[in-house]
Amino acid sequence: MPSIHSLRLIVGVAAIAAATLAGSAFAQTTLENASAKYRQDLADGNPADLWVARGQEMWKEPRGPRKVSFESCDLGLGPGVVKGAYAQLPRWFADAGRVMDLETRLVWCMVNQQGYTHADATKQTFGNGSRHRSDLEALTAYVAKQSDGVKMNVSLADPHVREMYDVGKKAFFYRAGTHDFACATCHAADDLRIRLQYLPNLTEPAGAQKAYTTWPAYRVAQGETRTFQWRLHDCFRQQRFPDLIYGSDLSIALTTYLAASANGAVYAGPGIKL
Amino acid sequence: MADPMKIRANLVGDSTEVKVLMSHEMDTGLVKDKDGKIIPAWWIQTVKVTHNDKVVLTAQWGTAVSKNPFMSFKFKGGAKGDKVTITWVDNHNDSRTDTALIA
Amino acid sequence: MDMDRRQVLKTSGGATFLALLAAAGWIPPAHADAPGWNKSEFDTHTMDATLAALGAGKPATSSDVAFFSTPDIAENGAVVPIGVTSKLPNTESIAILVEKNPFTLAALFDLPAGTEPTISTRVKMRETSNVYALVKAGGKYFMTSKEIKVTLGGCGG
Repeated sequence: MPSIHSLRLIVGVAAIAAATLAGSAFAQTTLENASAKYRQDLADGNPADLWVARGQEMWKEPRGPRKVSFESCDLGLGPGVVKGAYAQLPRWFADAGRVMDLETRLVWCMVNQQGYTHADATKQTFGNGSRHRSDLEALTAYVAKQSDGVKMNVSLADPHVREMYDVGKKAFFYRAGTHDFACATCHAADDLRIRLQYLPNLTEPAGAQKAYTTWPAYRVAQGETRTFQWRLHDCFRQQRFPDLIYGSDLSIALTTYLAASANGAVYAGPGIKL
Repeated sequence: MADPMKIRANLVGDSTEVKVLMSHEMDTGLVKDKDGKIIPAWWIQTVKVTHNDKVVLTAQWGTAVSKNPFMSFKFKGGAKGDKVTITWVDNHNDSRTDTALIA
Repeated sequence: MDMDRRQVLKTSGGATFLALLAAAGWIPPAHADAPGWNKSEFDTHTMDATLAALGAGKPATSSDVAFFSTPDIAENGAVVPIGVTSKLPNTESIAILVEKNPFTLAALFDLPAGTEPTISTRVKMRETSNVYALVKAGGKYFMTSKEIKVTLGGCGG
């Protein structure tokens, strides 16, 4: 039989626990609202537009040893056609014999049409400040912007694309590395977060759609506009995986899985992210 | 040379709303690079906005203004097609001037 | 690194002795304040010092000065949106001060007649701090403040 003293203690602890629970629920809602407001306050005036403008200039200018512009680069809708191109990539390109995402295709055009070496075309895939800018980030931002308002429509009708989708899905759930991680460790459940940032559940259409349709994005923390290749590359780094090679089949497979998972949503990038 | 600014100038009622993005590092001089060396302060110090030839805003900035700065404000008057010209000058006395037409 | 050196040489206007020293990393690169930029106001580190440098004395708190589109919590201090609007007649200037930043004065906007007393921009915040909007109207200074919590400081790499 508990003494009166210990009963008081138990009641007291329970009261504190209840108060703490109520307090933390309140704090969480407040934090979520504050977080949403912060993002909303940032929405107007996306610095990614500076990358879009630079990419637009580069798209038109004769480039590389052969002085050829991107006007002859076929992103799947005909040479030079950018309107809606991002929303239907990745796709199969017979001339290259590969399924390609936008960035891989841009590199292909730089090498095969403009005459760059592959090393030159990919020497600054991700920019670092105004002294080490990435042409690929600017070009990708520009082309993606031309799909703003276009419905995502990645076709899996071609067997090559279907295969990439299947491989990408498998890779998404594949646990590996020193920490036994998979993409799915962080992105296959609701309400997981890092600090105040909620992590999208990419296995649900809503999560995949919201995430995919807002890349490329201006990353506030870095002051840079980043692409989907960058997103995957950095997820690999965070998982302590080996470097994800830019434009590799694995990167394209994951992109195909996630882009097709976003089908039906309206593309709304480039976005702004923390 | 610095990249062009991205200027939007829109007639809203009887005012012109100006929104501008600038491409600039805005280094504070307080951050070290990977090798532990201070990255010197490098930032936009003054901004001037004119409508046709009349000054409608001048600003002085410290290093606390964010990288790739954004600014918006409104002035009375302005007509579609009028020029809005913005000039910034940084602490290397590098500068950039761009013009947009009011839409 | 080579790129950086070239940049330093270029921006400092040629191969002066100082620029060469700067390029060698012995002294910071040439620094030439922009005409019209008031160093004495920006090179201050406390509210009192900044207000004194601005000649603002002890500004009265005014509910006619308000923040808009300004968050209570900023998840990244590198980019904190700040909007300030004034209802005071003859508003001549709006300044944004961040109390706990290394330099208190973030930005100062001079508004000629005909320009609306409303401005928005984005600033860096080192840590959670009071942010002040200082308005000069009819030759007098008025102020309002707001605490903005920063979950990740904005001055790191």
